[in-house]
Amino acid sequence: MNRIDRLFREKKQNILSVYFTAGFPERESTASVIRALGRHGADMIEVGVPFSDPVADGPVIQQSSRRALDNGITLHRILEQLEEVRNGNTVPLLLMSYLNPILRYGLERLCHDAAAAGIDGLIIPDLPPEEYLEKHLKIFREHDLKNIFLLTPQTPEERIRFLDEHGEGFLYVVSSRATTGVRDTFSEEQLAYFKRLATLGLKTPLVAGFGISNAITYRQATRHLHGAIVGSAYIKALEKASDIEQATRNFLRNLRADPSS
Amino acid sequence: MKTQTSFHPDEKGFYGDFGGAYVPEMLYPNVKELQEKYLDILEDSAFREEYRRLLNDYAGRPTPLYPAARLSSHYGTHVYLKREDLTHTGAHKINNALGQILLAQRLGKRRIIAETGAGQHGVATATVCARMGMSCTVYMGALDVQRQRPNVERMKLLGATVVPVHSGNQTLKDAVNEALRDWITHPEETYYLIGSTVGPHPYPDLVARLQSVISEELLWQFPRQSGRDLPDAVLACVGGGSNASGVFYHYLDKPQVRLLAAEAGGQGVATGHTAATIALGRTGILHGCRSYVIQDDDGQITEPYSVSAGLDYPGIGPLLSHLHATGRAAFYAVTDDEALAATRLLARLEGIIPALESAHALALLEKIPFTADDHIIINLSGRGDKDMETILKHIGE
Repeated sequence: MNRIDRLFREKKQNILSVYFTAGFPERESTASVIRALGRHGADMIEVGVPFSDPVADGPVIQQSSRRALDNGITLHRILEQLEEVRNGNTVPLLLMSYLNPILRYGLERLCHDAAAAGIDGLIIPDLPPEEYLEKHLKIFREHDLKNIFLLTPQTPEERIRFLDEHGEGFLYVVSSRATTGVRDTFSEEQLAYFKRLATLGLKTPLVAGFGISNAITYRQATRHLHGAIVGSAYIKALEKASDIEQATRNFLRNLRADPSS
Repeated sequence: MKTQTSFHPDEKGFYGDFGGAYVPEMLYPNVKELQEKYLDILEDSAFREEYRRLLNDYAGRPTPLYPAARLSSHYGTHVYLKREDLTHTGAHKINNALGQILLAQRLGKRRIIAETGAGQHGVATATVCARMGMSCTVYMGALDVQRQRPNVERMKLLGATVVPVHSGNQTLKDAVNEALRDWITHPEETYYLIGSTVGPHPYPDLVARLQSVISEELLWQFPRQSGRDLPDAVLACVGGGSNASGVFYHYLDKPQVRLLAAEAGGQGVATGHTAATIALGRTGILHGCRSYVIQDDDGQITEPYSVSAGLDYPGIGPLLSHLHATGRAAFYAVTDDEALAATRLLARLEGIIPALESAHALALLEKIPFTADDHIIINLSGRGDKDMETILKHIGE
């Protein structure tokens, strides 16, 4: 069974997914970051493939992507790094990449190689769901890979139903009108949006991303949805860290701490 | 007007293999709304009338088709210059900006954002926003802010906010990235007024249609000036492709008219300091559409270079990609030096200082042998005032 599906079957709430940029802070830190995240309780890990022109990302991920590219990381190398950590790691792994590096690699070839490297799903923000369903569904199925759809506060209900109907793994709930980045707390409007989604009776699990940065926003998001994704805040923690293991442990502990205590 | 020739996009915005709308879900509602409404709005008679009136009374259309006698005798052929440089704000960009601002109004948007390279599209957008009393934010690569200083000052005087972009090479590509991020962050109230035939469907078609006024005028101007029905060739420079799309538009389905495009060779196609997308690009996805893109083997976009800020872009619009793939248009890389020489030549022979972008098209006269029987049109897409600093730096006196 696909590890994403198994996760959501076994765990219904407070799922914590962590995004990081592969090849950051060092070219060869990818494996250490994944191991540390697995050891310290991340439920799911999103491996960011850096791209030169990440239009959906805010400054933190733009900079980590730039640095990873300057470090010489490539999609080929990332897949090799993943093979090193796959053994014994039961945490679901996703690749998050813009479409162009995937097309250059070859989408079919990537599906094959990613599955072989232990990847469970892909998040491709600029691949329209319609095109995926029409052209790529078959190859994803062949390799038991999930393609994760995004929805946003602007997504009309009819489209939410469409994305849910065809949804695989989980739906990535973009929390706000924003690129990725750090926010201290969610607004009433955002909380109402999470709440509304939770009452729609969707079949696909919902995981909030964009703006989850601390214990407060993590709590707020997981109160209504199945889980939350943290990215920029973790990258900032890694940036300052001298020890990936320790920084990851502290970061995850703080994120899961009770903000009221 | 959903005429389906192979040079119009299909319903999903594809010209053959190129085009489409590869946008993150955050932009889906905006792009979808535009896709659904743009043709109806463009065809609406009240829109057409208002647009036509603004083009004529405000932008100064029709622009002349000028038989360039001394340039013609220099090259031993017949050269006609389509004088887009004489429009209000000094380049063809105003044609598109006026059309899109009227479209934005009809969509109920109050805040306009734009990207700019050379600053001509930024100035055109700032101008139409001032004219309509709308808020305007222009993203511009920090390097372009430096090399196109006069246009930055013009935008500010017109009331626009100019935001320098410090990512990447700090040029047009990076300005588009930042404009897209702004749009993602403010999707409801904001209209993204794209300056070229790039971006997600329907922008390439929208911009091409608005720029097609250039060749629409040529259909009656050229016979009057030359006594012939059709030119032998039409020449234009290409960055994203808006002026080329406009001047080619009404000749696309006339195969006897050769369509010739000059892209920015920079310091030379082989030097790595270039923006020659057709020469070096491979199919990819950049800024929401599938087209030729200069990229490395890992799909990372290569930073482009050209002396001309308006051509300094690593992609090319899907219509022009399609024209290349089908062989309908021929593309040539013109270097910085060749463009600068053409600038000087036109200034001395005709008393016209062209924009460095347009000078790339003029430089094709050196590369392509035309005969005494040929009658060719060159789109003089903009004037060179904005480039004086750069021109002086490179060619001195």
